[in-house]
Amino acid sequence: MTTANKEVNTIASQGYKYGFVTDIEADVAPRGLNEDTVRWISAKKSEPDFMLQWRLKAFRYWEKLLQGQETPSWANVHYPPIDYQNMIYYSAPKTKEKLESLDQVDPELLRTYEKLGIPLEEQKRLAGVAVDAIFDSVSIATTFREELAKHGIVFCPFSEALQEHPELVQKYLGSVVPYSDNFYAALNAAVFSDGSFCYIPKGVRCPLELTTYFRINTAETGQFERTLIIADEGSYVSYLEGCSAPMRDENQLHAAVVELITHDNAEIKYSTIQNWYPGNEEGKGGIYNFVTKRGKCQGKNSKISWTQVETGSAITWKYPSVILQGDNSVGEFYSVALTKGYQQADTGTKMTHIGKNTRSKIISKAISAGHGNNTYRGLVKVMPKADNARNFTQCDSLLIGDQCGAHTTPYVEVRNSTAQLEHEAFTSRVDEDMLFYCNQRGLSTEDAQSLIINGFCKEVFQKLPFEFAVEATRLLELNLEGAVG
Amino acid sequence: MTPSPATATSSYIAALEAFEKDGFNQDPGWTRALRKEAIARFSELGFPTARRGNEEWKYTDVGPIAQAPFRPPTAPGVAKLGASALKRFTFGERRWHRLVFVDGSFNQRLSFLSALPTGVKVLNLAEALKSRSTLVREHLAGHADYSNQAFTALNTAFVHDGAFVHVPDGAVVEEPIHILFLTTSREKDTVSHPRVLVVTGRHSKTTIIESYGGLTDARYLSNAVSEVVVGPGASVEHYRIQRHSEEAYHVGTTQAVLGRDGHFSSVTFDLGGALVRNNLNVLMGDEGSSCMLNGVYLVTRSQKIDNQVTIDHAKAHTTSRELYKGVLDGQSKAVFHGSIIVRRDAQKVDARQEDKNLLLSDQAEANIKPAFWIYADDVKCGHGAATGRLDESTLFYLRSRGLSEDDAQSLLVRGFVNEVIETISCDPLRAHIGDLVTATLQEL
Repeated sequence: MTTANKEVNTIASQGYKYGFVTDIEADVAPRGLNEDTVRWISAKKSEPDFMLQWRLKAFRYWEKLLQGQETPSWANVHYPPIDYQNMIYYSAPKTKEKLESLDQVDPELLRTYEKLGIPLEEQKRLAGVAVDAIFDSVSIATTFREELAKHGIVFCPFSEALQEHPELVQKYLGSVVPYSDNFYAALNAAVFSDGSFCYIPKGVRCPLELTTYFRINTAETGQFERTLIIADEGSYVSYLEGCSAPMRDENQLHAAVVELITHDNAEIKYSTIQNWYPGNEEGKGGIYNFVTKRGKCQGKNSKISWTQVETGSAITWKYPSVILQGDNSVGEFYSVALTKGYQQADTGTKMTHIGKNTRSKIISKAISAGHGNNTYRGLVKVMPKADNARNFTQCDSLLIGDQCGAHTTPYVEVRNSTAQLEHEAFTSRVDEDMLFYCNQRGLSTEDAQSLIINGFCKEVFQKLPFEFAVEATRLLELNLEGAVG
Repeated sequence: MTPSPATATSSYIAALEAFEKDGFNQDPGWTRALRKEAIARFSELGFPTARRGNEEWKYTDVGPIAQAPFRPPTAPGVAKLGASALKRFTFGERRWHRLVFVDGSFNQRLSFLSALPTGVKVLNLAEALKSRSTLVREHLAGHADYSNQAFTALNTAFVHDGAFVHVPDGAVVEEPIHILFLTTSREKDTVSHPRVLVVTGRHSKTTIIESYGGLTDARYLSNAVSEVVVGPGASVEHYRIQRHSEEAYHVGTTQAVLGRDGHFSSVTFDLGGALVRNNLNVLMGDEGSSCMLNGVYLVTRSQKIDNQVTIDHAKAHTTSRELYKGVLDGQSKAVFHGSIIVRRDAQKVDARQEDKNLLLSDQAEANIKPAFWIYADDVKCGHGAATGRLDESTLFYLRSRGLSEDDAQSLLVRGFVNEVIETISCDPLRAHIGDLVTATLQEL
C-alpha cells in the first residue's frame, strides 16, 4: 500500500507547464450576463441580425433553465454552483485594426503560442498544418489561408465567416446542436464570441491538417467558442484542436460547442488534445470543461470520427456524439481520458443509429490516478428503421492508486432486431505479471509501467494524426512521470 | 391523466387503516410502529416516475400501477383452488418443503413440511412474529431499504404474513424449501404484499425456491419483498420463478446480505406478467463472500420486464458472477440494469457481469445499462453486453438438416438460455425449469 501511496503522491505533484499568464491589454465585456451583454457581444462583432436574434432566443431559453434550476446534475462530477453573474463573457486582446497578416499580430501573443509549442511562424513555413489560434474569445491568426483558398476551402474564424459566408452559417448553425440542446449549449449560443469555421467543398480532399488552438488568458473569463465544420459531398478533412490555460486559483468555465456535418461520401476526422489547467494538487482552481460536441452523418456513406486525448481540466463534461442518419454511415469514437490530482471526468459518446447499415465503434480508455474520478458514460441507440446496424464498444479503465475511482455507465437501447451490438468493459490496475515480465527483461518499473500504459492507449493514439500522436504520448508520459515507487 | 402522487398513495393509506383495524393489531407493538413508519415513508416518496434524472426508473413507467386503485381482496378465493391447479406450480414435487400463500394469506391446507433437521424453522411470518419474535425483530425490514424504495416501503407498511425460514448454525436442509405465492382472486385490481425472511446460521446450507403465479384473468399487483441473510461460511441457493398471469403487475425486491465466506447463488426465471420489475440487491458484507446471480427472461406480446441487479462489494476479497439472458418477441420491452459497486479499500474484488439479449421481433426493444462504480484499485471487474438476432447461417444449417423454421428457432433459443439453466444445481428443479422453458418457447 505504501508504494501505491507514493505513486499517487508523485503523480499528483506533476506540474502543469502551460500555466503562465500573458500580460496583454484586453478588451473585455462588462461583468455579468443579461440581454445587454448578448447585444454588446453581437454588436462588437458587427453580426447580421439573424445571429443576434438567434443569440437572444438562446439567452432567453438559458435564463429559463437557470431559473428553473435545470442545470445538468446527472453527471458524476461534483462542484460548487457556478455564479454566472460573476463572470466575464468576452475578452479580446486589444487590436487597432483588423489583422491583415500574421506579421501584425501582437508579438507578445505570438510568444505565448511559441511557449505553448505552436510556433505559428514556423508552422506557416512547414507544410502540413494550418492553424487557427484562439486567444480568450477571439481568433488571433489563421495560417495558410491562401493555400486553402486555392482548393475552395473556407477555414477562418467564426466571426469572419459570419461576415463573408452568412448564408452558410445561417444554414448550418444549430442544425446539429440546437441552442435548446442543453444548458451549456444554450449559454454558448447566447454568448459565444468566436471559434473556427470550416467548409470543404464538393469532392475536395483537404491537403492540410487543420488545427485550432484555444487559450484562456484573462482571469475570471469564460471561454465560449463555437466550431462548425461542413464537409460537402465526397470531401475529406482532418481537424485537430488543442487547448491550455494559465494556472489560477479560481475555476474558469469553458463551454464550447462543436458541430460537424458530413454530406454524401464525406468524411470528417476530428481530434482533440485537451490540456486545460487541471487545478493544483489540492484540487483548487482549474477549468470546468463543459463541452457539447456532435456530428451528423447526414449523407449516405459518410463518416465522422472523434479522437480525444483528455488530460487537463478540473472537470470534464463532454460527449462527442454522432447521429448516423445517412444509410451506410459510420461513426467512431476513440478516447483516452486521464484524471489525476482531484480531476473529475465524465465523458463518453452517443451513437444514434437512424439510417440502414450504419456502423459505430467506440474505444474508450480511462486512466485514474491520485484522487481522480473518471466516468465513461455512453449511449448506443438503434432506432426502429436502422436495419443491420452494428456497434462495437470497448471501454476499459486502469486504476493507479487506491484513492481514485473509475466508473462505467454505458446505455444500450435497441429497437431493431437486425441490429448487432457488443459491449465490453474491463477495469483493473496495471497487471503485476506484466510488470514482473518487463522487470525481468531489464526494464525499470517506471519504464515498464509507462510501456504498459502506452500499450493500453495505443489503439486510440494510432488514430491521431502522426505529429499529434507523438505529442499525445509525450503528454501522457509527462503526466504520469514518476508514477512508480 | 396521471393522478398526483398524493392521490395515488392515499388509497393505500386508507387501506392500511382498515388493515390495522381488521384484527391484525394483535401483532407485536414494534410491527405496528414499523408499518406506521413505512407508510409515512411511502406517502413521502410516492410512486417512482420515469422523469429525467431518475436513473433507476429511466426505462420503466409504473404509471399503470400508480393509477389503478389496487386494494386487498375482500374475499380470497381459497376454496376453489384444488390440488390439480396447484400442481402446475409445485411441479408435482412431493418431497420439497412447501409453504403456500393464496392472495396474501398463508394456506395451511396446501402447505406441506416433511421432517426438518433439528432447529430448522419453516413457518409463516404471522406465526413467527409470535413464536420467534426476537429473531424476526432483529432482521425483518432490517435489510431491505424501505426508506428510499417506495415499493419496499409499501410492502413493509403491510407486513404481517409471509414466509419465515431460520436455519441454525451447521444445519443442512437437504430438500428445497418451496415458497409459493398465488393470486386467485377474480376481483379486479387486488394487491398482495408477499414477504419472505430467510436467516441462515454459520456453515449452514439451504435451498429456497420462490414461486409467484396467478390463477386469475383479473388484473392484480404483487409487490414482494424478500430478505435473505447468509451466515458466515453458509451457502444459500435462491431460485425465483415468476409465472404471473398476463394482466399482472409484479414488483419483486430481493435483498441478500452475506457474512464472511458466505455464498449466495440466485437464478431467476421471468416468464409471466404484463409489467414486471425485479430489484436484486446483494451486499457483499464481509471478506471472502461470493455470489452468482443468473437470470432468464422470456417475454412476448407487450410484456415489460425490468431487472435491476446491484452488487455492493463493501469488503475486500469478494467475488461476483452475473449472467442474464433475455429472449424478446412481439412488442415486448426488456430492461437490464446491472450495477457493480466496489467500495474504497475493498481490494481484490473480482466481478464479472454479462447480459445478452436475443431479439426475435422487430417491435421488441432492449435497453441495457451495465454500470461500474469502482473506488478501489486492485480489482478485476469486467462486463459484457450483447444484443442481436439468431444467426442466419446457423438457422440455415438446421433447416438444411430438415428442421422446420419454428423448430430450428426453438432449438437455438433453447440453447441460448440453456447456459443459465445449466447453473441450477438442484437436479429436479433443473429438469422442471428446462421443461417449463421449452414449453414457453413453443408458445413464442
